[in-house]
Formats: sequence, structure tokens, C-alpha cells
Amino acid sequence: MAWLRRHLLLFAAVAVLLYMLLPNVVVAVFSFNDPVGRYNYTWTEFSTRAWTNPCGPQGLCDALGLSLRIGLIASLVATVLGTMIAFALGRYRFRARSGTNLLIFMPMATPEVVMGSSLLTLFLMMGVPSGGLAITIAHIMFCVSFVVVAVKARVATLDPRLEEAAADLGANPTQTFLRVTFPLAAPGILAGALLAFSLSFDDYIITNFNASPSSITFPMYVWGAAQRGAPVQVNVIGTVMFIAALAIVLVSQLLTSRRQRAAA
Amino acid sequence: MAQHGPGDLELIGLTKSFDDFTAVEPMDLTIPQGSFFALLGPSGCGKTTTLRMVAGLEQPTAGQILIGDTDITNTRPHQRNVNTVFQSYALFPHMSVMDNVQFGLRRRGDKDAKRKAQEALDLVELGHAGRRKPNQLSGGMQQRVALARALVNRPDVLLLDEPLGALDLKLRRQMQIELKRIQQEVGLTFIHVTHDQEEAMTMADSIAVMNAGRMEQLGDPAALYENPSSTFVANFLGQSNLLAAHITGTAGDGRLTADVHGHEVLVDAGRVPAGLRDVWLGVRPEKLALGEGNGVNELKGTVSDASFSGVATQYLVRMPWGMDLTVVQQNDGSARARLGDAVTLSWDPGHEFVLDSAQDEDAGVEHVVVDG
Ligand SMILES: Nc1ncnc2c1ncn2[C@@H]1O[C@H](COP(=O)(O)OP(=O)(O)OP(=O)(O)O)[C@@H](O)[C@H]1O
Ligand SMILES: [Mg+2]
Repeated sequence: MAWLRRHLLLFAAVAVLLYMLLPNVVVAVFSFNDPVGRYNYTWTEFSTRAWTNPCGPQGLCDALGLSLRIGLIASLVATVLGTMIAFALGRYRFRARSGTNLLIFMPMATPEVVMGSSLLTLFLMMGVPSGGLAITIAHIMFCVSFVVVAVKARVATLDPRLEEAAADLGANPTQTFLRVTFPLAAPGILAGALLAFSLSFDDYIITNFNASPSSITFPMYVWGAAQRGAPVQVNVIGTVMFIAALAIVLVSQLLTSRRQRAAA
Repeated sequence: MAQHGPGDLELIGLTKSFDDFTAVEPMDLTIPQGSFFALLGPSGCGKTTTLRMVAGLEQPTAGQILIGDTDITNTRPHQRNVNTVFQSYALFPHMSVMDNVQFGLRRRGDKDAKRKAQEALDLVELGHAGRRKPNQLSGGMQQRVALARALVNRPDVLLLDEPLGALDLKLRRQMQIELKRIQQEVGLTFIHVTHDQEEAMTMADSIAVMNAGRMEQLGDPAALYENPSSTFVANFLGQSNLLAAHITGTAGDGRLTADVHGHEVLVDAGRVPAGLRDVWLGVRPEKLALGEGNGVNELKGTVSDASFSGVATQYLVRMPWGMDLTVVQQNDGSARARLGDAVTLSWDPGHEFVLDSAQDEDAGVEHVVVDG
């Protein structure tokens, strides 16, 4: 009984982790399946065929490439814009400040269906053709909000006196930003960028509204394929994405703790 | 404009207002190149604000700042050859101690940055801590890093905002001596802000006492101590006994007679501002002697408190009119008085200072006495 009580927290942690990770494990296991028929739902036989030929199914790698490209551009632009907005909101008092704060929140609070459809209307009115460009613009828009939130939290903890100290020691505004402000805000900016990328890579609803037949993103491909029976390669891509995300998190944690230890 | 040196710091009508609150009233001040200048005053009197204007971190509401003949009022902080030791240290948390100290040198592309930074760290006895991060140091160590980081740049003017506030007494004394030595060796102009009047008096060539945004008095430490120009300065710099007195006549020999609660005392005429009748007669505790025959002026009272501190004993002596006078008797072997003893206090004319009685006698009294 006492033993149980002492290890209760451990059990709870393992249970929660299992709950969260089990789907990923299933995806990974079934990426090594060799299913009979169209559906990859029952285990048949171990095979590495999908891993050795990931681009096998027609259109899969095109969709993946498009999603990666949109994700990179959207997260890059959103990170630059969002970081600047976050600094403006966190550092300066200006008249439209509370209004801007509210506007930044809007995309996060608006249902995606509403946003997707209204964006489509807007693009049609403005003559922006559906497809990759429209999708990228849409993604930048909602990613900015998340970057702003992540970076602003970090900026709030920055001591403005550090920048004053840098200026006092002879650093011009550019040097002050590069050597003091940016390194200190970097964890927030990185978190914002990663969040933006995964949101963009992941998005289905808004993307679907603004896509054209020639701009099928990865989520759209998977959705379409799932109707007919998804190829095993989808599991391969899913597993790779999961491992990549895990690796980024682990590496960044390792770097932080190494830096702390090196300083000791 | 003619007689000041090439590197003097000059403040002309320097003023700072925040909204409707004036933190620094128009201030005129010339600090000679190479001098150790202390800015002394109670919390919130505008010391930090004054320094920030000199550093360029705060834009003055009015007035000018000159170094030599160069007007730097409108230059940016990084363009001024002025460095600050911040009250809150403001060390860069993501850099090692060494990188912190090298920061200023690196910005100027100094090839010898590393060696100079190491020297500066050695100077503040942190030569071994260069690889550590600021958050791994104690408050006192961080303060010394902040000092090294500013000193290493050899600026025209070094601004020190309570740079020794977090140090224990021993280290504080040691750093005071060290700072003074560095200042004399390198010949930099130091502006040292402090709460600690003893620190200001031991270190500075001249002191400005500030109160509520105004400069109350400026002078060398001895002049300020012996001849305070206001009750605020008298109480803020050391302790003072302020006796309500009335000038009654002349006594010859350059002396005036004064009435203190019915007792006649003699006052040096040169110390009484012309035309003043109702005055505060100020006598420092160490100028009062216990026992008869030690001075021309005498007052009798009873000992109401005695505290022995080793080198000296401090007495409170109750006067017939109910006031306690503070007396400090050096531990020179003379007999010590006990509680309740009837004693005579004496002093000589010339050892007093005289102020207008219209001033508040409690101005500048420190309510919390922190004694090391
Ligand atoms: N940015 C600001 N906005 C409004 N008021 C300010 C600002 N900075 C300082 N003050 C006010 O100006 C006055 C002087 O402040 P300052 O920091 O110069 O005091 P100080 O003499 O350095 O005090 P301390 O010894 O406590 O450091 C204070 O009353 C303070 O509240
Ligand atoms: Mg201050």
C-alpha cells in the first residue's frame, strides 16, 4: 500500500504518456506492415517496403514537398513579423496598443471554418488565385498570432536595463539587439517558430478552402487517401515527422543543460 | 567658460520632470576632471536620475551636459565615453563573467580585450570566476563584476550608482580603498552615488548633498561637516545637536552672546550669518566634552542613556528644558559617566555652526539608523 502510494505519481505519469504516445506508436508500428487490400488497419506481415520507397504512391511526395515549403515560408515570415509585433507590444506604449492586442488574439479565437471561408471570399474579391500563394498568406496570418504570444511572454521577462547597459558600454542599437536582446529573446522566438511550422504543416480546414487542384498539401493528401485507403507511406512520413519533432526538442534541451553545465 | 579644464564635466541647468513630478530641479554643477565626486542624499532624491541623464539613458527636460567644451546633451548613450555601474548591476545573464567584462572593449575593437578584462577581474578579486555565469555569483560578486565591466573601459567619466551597496563591511572598506586607488592611478572622473555619508566623506574630494531633487550644498567633506548650510545637511551628514538660540549682543573678541533656554553662551561672530537673531545653534556630538573646565560654554544636565561601542561612548544628556543632547566621548581613559549622573557639557565658541531657525530641525534626520 505504501509502495503503491510512493509510486502513484510515476504510474500517473506513465499512464498519461502512454495515452499521448500510443497513437504515434501505432503509426510507427504499422509503417512496417505489408497490408493485404487497401486498408492498413490489421497487422499482416513485417516489411520495410514503405520505408525503402517512401515516394511510391502517386502525389504523396509532391504534397509533402508543398507542405514543407509552405510551412517553412509561413513560419519564417510569421516569426519575423510576430517577433517585431511582440517587441512593439511589449516595449512601447502607443495609442493602438490594446486594439492591436485584441486583433492579434482574433485569429486564435475565430473558428477555422469561418476564417477559411472568409479568406476565400477575400482572395476571390482581390483576385488572388486559389493555390499555394493563397494558402501561404492564410497560414502566415494565423501563425503570426501564435508567434506573438510566444515571444511576448519572453519579452515581458527581459530587463530593459540590460539594453541600457549595452548602450552604456558603447554598443549601437544594432549591436545591442544582436548581442543582448536577440539572444535573450531567442528561446521564445524559437518556440514561436516551431509552433508556427507545426500549425502550418498541420492545417487542413483553412488550407482546404483556399487550395486548388494543383496545390494538394500533405494533410489534404492524407485525408483524400484515407477515403480510398491510405498507403503505408503515410505512416512512414508521420513517423519521420514525429521523430524529427522529438529530436528538435531533445537537442534544444540538451543544449540548454549543456550551456548551464559549461557555465558551472 | 574660460577657467575649466579640457575634461571637466559640466551640468548647466539640468532638469528632469516625469509628467508633473520634478525629479531633478535645475542643477548647475562643474566636476573637475580626475576628481572623485560623491552625490549623497536620501532615497528618491534624484541621484539615479541625475546619473542617467549624464549617461544618456534619460533625456533631460531642460539644460545641458558638457564634457570639456563638447556638448553631449543630445548624443546617444553609446556615443558618450561615459560608463555606468548600475544600481541593479544589469549584468548580461547569457554571457560569462569574462564576456560581460569584455563587452565594452569588444565594441571598440580592442585587440587586447582579453588581457585587460582579466586584469580588471583580478582587480576586483574575481580573477578565478571569469567562466562563470552571473547568476552563479553572490550579490556582492555580481556587484564587483559590474564594477570591473565599467572600469575596464577607462571612460572620461565613471558613474557609480551605489556600487558597494551589497557588500559586507569588510569587503566594502577594502573596495573603497581599491576604488580610490584606481581613481587616483588612472585619473578618471568618478561620480559616486551613495546613501552612506561615511563612505562619501572618506572617499570623495567633493560632495554634493541632494534633497528632493535639489542640490542642498556642495563642498569638500570637511567644509560640509563643519559648516552645513542647512539643517538637512547638518542632520544628514553625521549627527547634530540643534539648540534653539537667540542672539542677544556682542561680547568682544569677535564673539556674540546668545541665549539658549535661559543660559548664556558665546558664539563665534564669523559663524553667524549677518542679521540673523533667532537661530539653530548646532554642535556636533564629538565637540561636546563631558566635565567642567573643558570649554568656555557650559550646560548642565543628567545622563539619560549611555552606549559603549569600544572606541567611544555615546551619551544622551537630558537638558533642564527636556531636550536630549548627544555627546561622544572618546575612550581615552577619562572617567565614564553613569546613567543618572549630573554632568556638565562644555564646548568652545567656534566649534558651533549657526543656521536660520526658520528651518525644520528634523530635516534630514535618518529615521532608520543602520550602523555597520
Ligand atoms: N521613469 C520614471 N517615471 C516617473 N518617476 C520616476 C521615474 N524614475 C524616477 N522617478 C522618480 O524620481 C525620483 C527620483 O528617483 P531616483 O531613482 O533618481 O532616486 P534615487 O535618489 O536614485 O533613490 P535611491 O537612493 O532609492 O536609488 C523618485 O521619486 C522616483 O519615483
Ligand atoms: Mg538610485
